[in-house]
Amino acid sequence: MNNEVTIPATGQVTTDKETIVLIEGLYKSFGEDNPVLKGVALTVKKGENLVLLGRSGSGKSIIIKCIAGLVTYDQGSIQVMGTEINGLTNQQLNELRLKMGFLFQNAALYDSMTVRENLAFPLKRHSPEKTEQEVTEAITAELESVGLAEAIDKMPSELSGGMRKRVGLARTLILNPLLMLYDEPTTGLDTITSREISELILQIQQKNKTSSIIITHDMACARLTGDRIVILENGIIHAEGTYDELAQSKDTWVRSFFT
Amino acid sequence: MITSLKNIFNDTGTITRFMARFFSELLHRPFEMKEFLRQCYFIGYKTLPLVGITGFIMGLVLTLQTRPTLAGFGAESWLPGMVALSLVREIAPVITALICAGKISSGIGAELGSMKVTEQIDAMEVSGINPYKYLVVTRVLATTLMVPLLVFFADAIGMAGGYAGINIHSDVNLYRYSSQVLESLDYIDVIPPTIKSFFFGFFIGSIGCYKGFTAANGTESVGKAANASVVSASLAIFIIDMLAVQITDLFM
Ligand SMILES: Nc1ncnc2c1ncn2[C@@H]1O[C@H](COP(=O)(O)OP(=O)(O)OP(=O)(O)O)[C@@H](O)[C@H]1O
Ligand SMILES: [Mg+2]
Repeated sequence: MNNEVTIPATGQVTTDKETIVLIEGLYKSFGEDNPVLKGVALTVKKGENLVLLGRSGSGKSIIIKCIAGLVTYDQGSIQVMGTEINGLTNQQLNELRLKMGFLFQNAALYDSMTVRENLAFPLKRHSPEKTEQEVTEAITAELESVGLAEAIDKMPSELSGGMRKRVGLARTLILNPLLMLYDEPTTGLDTITSREISELILQIQQKNKTSSIIITHDMACARLTGDRIVILENGIIHAEGTYDELAQSKDTWVRSFFT
Repeated sequence: MITSLKNIFNDTGTITRFMARFFSELLHRPFEMKEFLRQCYFIGYKTLPLVGITGFIMGLVLTLQTRPTLAGFGAESWLPGMVALSLVREIAPVITALICAGKISSGIGAELGSMKVTEQIDAMEVSGINPYKYLVVTRVLATTLMVPLLVFFADAIGMAGGYAGINIHSDVNLYRYSSQVLESLDYIDVIPPTIKSFFFGFFIGSIGCYKGFTAANGTESVGKAANASVVSASLAIFIIDMLAVQITDLFM
């Protein structure tokens, strides 16, 4: 494990309010012959956008799924806001998840529900004291902030890919998460829509001082949104730095991402 | 051969755990009432026409097929009673359950399978909503309660079919027909098939949910989940039916 490189002593960390995510020596394999993560270490500070690059199938989605407790990991530790994910009870995990937002690769809208119901579904469950009107107001406000107020009564099947992503974003933002996990937020969108989504990500960061992990293959998005970039390769974090540092790296392999 | 046997046992193990979880989650609040009622509507009401048509045809065909045999013994007057007995004891529950396996189990398998593949189930989980409770408990409970109701409905329509069948060849009035039917039916003829139907419903729902929940990634697995739901549910129905016959035999 190469955790001495970036990680301060653990005792220091749990009291550190500035570290939102702390991953040390993370191992995950599917079956005996398919190790995917082999000692990943990374940190996300408060209010920071961390971009996660890596080839297809390198295990990027798995990392954020481990953070959200959707996938269990074999070894190592993930602390989110000072809480270790492995070993939480379901209820504790759900409490922690309320502070996280997850934007899925294909938005994962509930296709049996309208856009309004999609947003109301998590909101009503977590704030049962809200009246119908308060719920509607919150939904309208959130949809307006992603520029989709007119789509409120549409079904997901009637929306374009970019609109779905934005509704997905609105659905996670309605619970005011402190940590956002974006899985390829701009994949499959044209350059203009991609840019709009990237700008939304920046707005979210600025508005609530939200920390984010952004998985992307879109270098324009990485450049615009990322405060710091890490590259995953062969199950470990291979390189780390700002966009400009990595773009001028001596390592040709790292540089190849930026051309 | 040995690995496939091993797979069957593994599968049976996980499916049993999946079903056991239903009971433990059922006892814990909150209960998703709205979704449960929605499922009852879809599962019960939307299957009525199909069950009705098949029930009617079964009653009709059964009457027409049995008549010559009974006529050979000069026992034509037993016809209503016999048709009623076979319908209530065996034909209506099994046919209804098979229809539900084809329509409901595959529907649930495909629906949950596509929710799994498109990460909707994960999305539910990360927003702190228990997908097992919201999706599985409601559906399994709905099928468990709706299938017996559909069976009663098929019983009734099947007897109407029987009445139509009798009147093709002879003229029996409705009053006499129904009194003959009711006379031939005892509690012991009605209770075991009803209990059996609850089991049919439970397995139809939980197999569909299990296959959907465990669908692999990729769109083709949605079709596979739907298909596997029908196959396993139909097989389960026949196995339950066989066990039910043995058990009722013990008590008679
Ligand atoms: N449920 C699973 N069962 C078995 N293997 C899996 C499973 N999920 C992921 N994997 C394996 O983990 C590896 C990493 O998957 P992951 O989805 O994290 O890739 P990724 O980096 O997000 O790729 P992409 O950019 O294409 O989304 C894949 O090679 C895959 O084989
Ligand atoms: Mg991925």
